[in-house]
Amino acid sequence: MFILDHLWIIMALPLAGSMLTLLAGRHWPKKLVNLSSVGFPVLAFIAYLELAREFFALSSTQIPWIKDYFTWMTAGNFRVDFALQIDQLTIVMLGVVTFVGMLIHIYSIGYMAHEEGYYRFFAEMNLFMFFMLTLVMSANLVLLFVGWEGVGLCSYLLISFFFTKHSAASAGKKAFITTRIGDFGFTIGILMAFWLFKAVDYKSMFAAVNHMGIESMHHWGYLTVICLLLLAGAVGKSAQLPLYVWLPDAMEGPTPVSALIHAATMVTAGVYMVARMNPLFSRAPAAMLFVAIIGAVTALYAATIGLAQSDIKKVLAYSTISQLGYMFLACGVGAYAAGIFHLMTHAFFKALLFLCAGSVIHAMGGEQDMFKMGGLRKKIPWTYGTMLVATLAISGAPLFAGFFSKDEILFDAYSGTNSNFLLYALGMAGALLTACYMFRLIFLTFHREPRFDEHHVHVHESPKVMLVPLVILAIMSVIGGWFVLPTYWGGKDYFKGFLDPVFGGSEALAQQLHPGWHEPPHGLEYEMTTIAVIVAFIGFLIALYLYILKPAAAKKLADSTKPIYTLIWNKYYVDELYGAVIIGPLIWLSRNVLWKVIDTGLIDGTVNGLAFLSRGVGGGVRHIQSGNTRSYATWVVVGAIAVTVFFVWMVH
Amino acid sequence: MDGALVANQGYLLTVLTFFPLLGTFALLLLKGDDHVWIRRLTLVTSIIEFILSLLLLRGFDISTGSYQLQEIYDWIPSLHIHYHMGIDGISLFLVILTTFLTPLAVLCSWNSIHEHVKEFFAMLLVLEMGMVGVFCSLDLFLFFLFWEVMLIPMYFLIGIWGHGRKIYAALKFILYTMLGSILMLVAILWLSRVSGTFDLVAIQSMLSSGQISLSWHTELLMFLAFMLAFAIKVPLFPLHTWLPDAHTEAPTAGSVILAGVLLKMGTYGMLRFCLPLFPEAAHRAAPVIAVLAIIGIVYAALVAMVQHDLKRLVAYTSVSHLGFVVLGIFVFNPVAMEGAIYQMLNHGVSTGMLFLVCGMLYDRRHTYEIKEFGGLLKPMPILCAFFLFACLSSLALPMLNGFIGEFMILIGVFDSHHFAWASWAATGAILSAVYLLWAYQRVAMEKVTVEKNEKLPDATPRERLILIVASLVILFMGIFSPMFTHRMDATTTALLQQVSNKGGYQVGALRSRPAPHASAVASSAHELALRSVSLERQARP
Repeated sequence: MFILDHLWIIMALPLAGSMLTLLAGRHWPKKLVNLSSVGFPVLAFIAYLELAREFFALSSTQIPWIKDYFTWMTAGNFRVDFALQIDQLTIVMLGVVTFVGMLIHIYSIGYMAHEEGYYRFFAEMNLFMFFMLTLVMSANLVLLFVGWEGVGLCSYLLISFFFTKHSAASAGKKAFITTRIGDFGFTIGILMAFWLFKAVDYKSMFAAVNHMGIESMHHWGYLTVICLLLLAGAVGKSAQLPLYVWLPDAMEGPTPVSALIHAATMVTAGVYMVARMNPLFSRAPAAMLFVAIIGAVTALYAATIGLAQSDIKKVLAYSTISQLGYMFLACGVGAYAAGIFHLMTHAFFKALLFLCAGSVIHAMGGEQDMFKMGGLRKKIPWTYGTMLVATLAISGAPLFAGFFSKDEILFDAYSGTNSNFLLYALGMAGALLTACYMFRLIFLTFHREPRFDEHHVHVHESPKVMLVPLVILAIMSVIGGWFVLPTYWGGKDYFKGFLDPVFGGSEALAQQLHPGWHEPPHGLEYEMTTIAVIVAFIGFLIALYLYILKPAAAKKLADSTKPIYTLIWNKYYVDELYGAVIIGPLIWLSRNVLWKVIDTGLIDGTVNGLAFLSRGVGGGVRHIQSGNTRSYATWVVVGAIAVTVFFVWMVH
Repeated sequence: MDGALVANQGYLLTVLTFFPLLGTFALLLLKGDDHVWIRRLTLVTSIIEFILSLLLLRGFDISTGSYQLQEIYDWIPSLHIHYHMGIDGISLFLVILTTFLTPLAVLCSWNSIHEHVKEFFAMLLVLEMGMVGVFCSLDLFLFFLFWEVMLIPMYFLIGIWGHGRKIYAALKFILYTMLGSILMLVAILWLSRVSGTFDLVAIQSMLSSGQISLSWHTELLMFLAFMLAFAIKVPLFPLHTWLPDAHTEAPTAGSVILAGVLLKMGTYGMLRFCLPLFPEAAHRAAPVIAVLAIIGIVYAALVAMVQHDLKRLVAYTSVSHLGFVVLGIFVFNPVAMEGAIYQMLNHGVSTGMLFLVCGMLYDRRHTYEIKEFGGLLKPMPILCAFFLFACLSSLALPMLNGFIGEFMILIGVFDSHHFAWASWAATGAILSAVYLLWAYQRVAMEKVTVEKNEKLPDATPRERLILIVASLVILFMGIFSPMFTHRMDATTTALLQQVSNKGGYQVGALRSRPAPHASAVASSAHELALRSVSLERQARP
């Protein structure tokens, strides 16, 4: 029971690492930096394992296990405690964060070895771990928001890690500000939740919400509004439409950062939050529908952009946006467990994809353009092998992790309580494109003949310290989905079963809302699975045809669909649109109207005009401006006398 | 010694107020060119003053909302003027904030003041006396005296040791403030004529017990007279244009004190005078004031965004942040009010730190122009790290102080059913990230564009000490807020009760909290409350 009684230890470990490295790391040799900044995340993972062991010994009445440390804010009837909570959902999230986090830290030793600011990188990564753990372990919405903003800060710092580059500095700022726009909604959502429930901790909120009915789809109540506001925060953080624009730019950060923050953990915080708030969402069907629509549309939308990117990391970035869309789709159709399941498998294979991409970039000496790669298969076989595993996983090849989780989402979208054929179709189309752009990436990078000057670029396989995490993640990308394997012969879904205490209530509620709904007939999942596999295979074939068999065809296709291709190539001009419609006008307005006209012209002009007027009336006032200390003193005395005279007059 | 100091009817507040003056006299004994000892003496004085002010925490009784550590003596009996000092949960930390920021202001002026050094530090100490006096006085005349006393050194600090158009800025500062003060003086004199005393506590009890009653028009006029003086000081939109000029031209120490303490006098005055003395007028004016505050939040943030002078940018952020405070005060909600008081402290430390950083940059480059900087992280990583920390505190990052104040204000505003106000105010959080991070990018990130900047020295030990102390306080206030807010609880409760007693305004009903499932009932209760308000209005002659 040691860790359960001292939950703070798990968070304190990376924080200690961060502080140590930050304060002393500058003067340390690299080995010591490694020891401190990689050692602490490893310890955190070990602590997590012990926590999980202790957790499984708890009886179900003891869950959620809440530890209240001290009061953080209090006034009137408002109170926020620094309280941590462990339940099944937390256990899953903690596992993902500590495990993937640890591996990426180890990988970074090799990847960042030659970068300036080595210690700063690790200090910020550790700090990120601390905030991410705060986010998932918090027992109330406000403390979750602490972690939420904290990871945003670390994301900002790490994206602009190469701060001398204009693009990196701007990308960091853009990420922070764009997510803050979502957080605006999130903040108001928290305010409204407090207004409605008079509490911000999950336990009281959910206890209160249990007495509330399900709101109608057409007449929105408070819950729907709260959920939509919270969703705004999730959309910002998890890079969904329309606030996704920061994530592709975030690829300016070092690749381990992209893997940890912008693929495996931070960007999934939005999904986690929606899943955590499932008692609220499941009573607000309109908000649920919104979640599902945003998810499904984003899943397809981002996948189309992923088709026409040349930067290897950008492809993965759009792929992340698309996959996060699937998780939102899952939550939106009420399949929270499936969403969290995909969150976990995605953390494995997407982290792996990024780390492999990092290995490729490392091997190519910094090159990120896939059109300048090719034929790397034989030269970096380990990277190729692991990346292929990850690609198979994300495309949904049978028995790989992504196959189970994506399949479950699409299955629930098709036949679950909130099923919607259109959303399912969008998801399916996204799955086709996913296989297509991922194999395009593989073929362009590793296959056919090299398109770079082999005399200048000395392709080399990465050191072991980078390869070991790749292999471990590759194994997880295969077996990570096997929890649900027994369902295929009529057994139990262990993952869903494990999370049932958290999501079971919402599922029961959904069935209550749809009395006509029946459990899908056994056997349907075989059909669905077959369709999904075929669709993914078609995607693979298209990529194979365009990039291996008939390379000329790709160009021809692009030429024949020039307008559409240009549109996609330019990412639908969304960045330009935001710039022209929001940012530009706002700055113009602030500078030319608010500042120059209203502030300097109107208000200040009036004041100065008045002053000028009075100066003109009493020419003697000019002396006030003499700047002569003695004359000021005189005026003070004169004033004092005047006041005294007034008093004497008043008394008599 | 400590017992006599902190007991009620002790003399701690007198000591606190006049101790800096003692330091000033000691300074006058030194030779004018003995800069080292002048600095040391001032620093020691201000640090002792700070330690003395911590004694307040010992003597302060958390359970009562009334004034504590009171000292009352007849001063000018024929005019019923008393020497009446005392503090409560509102002024307690403002005094400590003042004594905390003064040593920092002294330290940051260590090497940047070269002319009239003795006079400069003497002014700083006189200023401290004035500020502590303002927060401690419970007699209107005494209050006004300190209020004016404080202006003079500030005027000279800007006018003599400022830069650029310093005379213009100083004059603008003094004229603006004077304009408000004169009306306030008239209102003070009027109040004393009606009540026969200048004693705030006496007047307050007379007003609330109905011993004296002001006609509605008188109350409104008096309220406005006080309010104008304080609104200028805060400054509330659209009375803010003196602030950017004053800040930009003031020396660093002046800016730190100006932003850290002087602006708080406005919001302090509202809490101390406008609300308890004229509750009805306060309630009626509240919507207008709150809307002006919100306009200030958004407007100043947008204007800050496009500034190309770093110090002017920070000055505008003050207008934006103080808008939050005013909003928090005028929704009459306990959470918002404590948030507002807390935000006053936060703003003092965070903006103070931002100005300190600006000053350090100025010491090196003698300019505040943002485009003269760029890429400073390379030559001075430590200074820039602290700069970022100050920015984060100012943009309300959770776990740092600014978040707690802002969030509590928003919670309170929303909980008082002012949904739109809360939402508009919350946009300030987005905009603060925009202007601060943009400024940080242009100052600290990217490539060094000006050659001179390549070899700028990083923070010296003295500067590091200043920044570390400020950072620790920011972090501490961000985590252990109940240590502060607990000491405000009783006072805010008492104050809100006082405000809601008067005038049949059903503040209680406005704040009534609906059970979750009975929100329909609640909204009709809200309407009822509003209706009773309008009935009340009609019933008045």
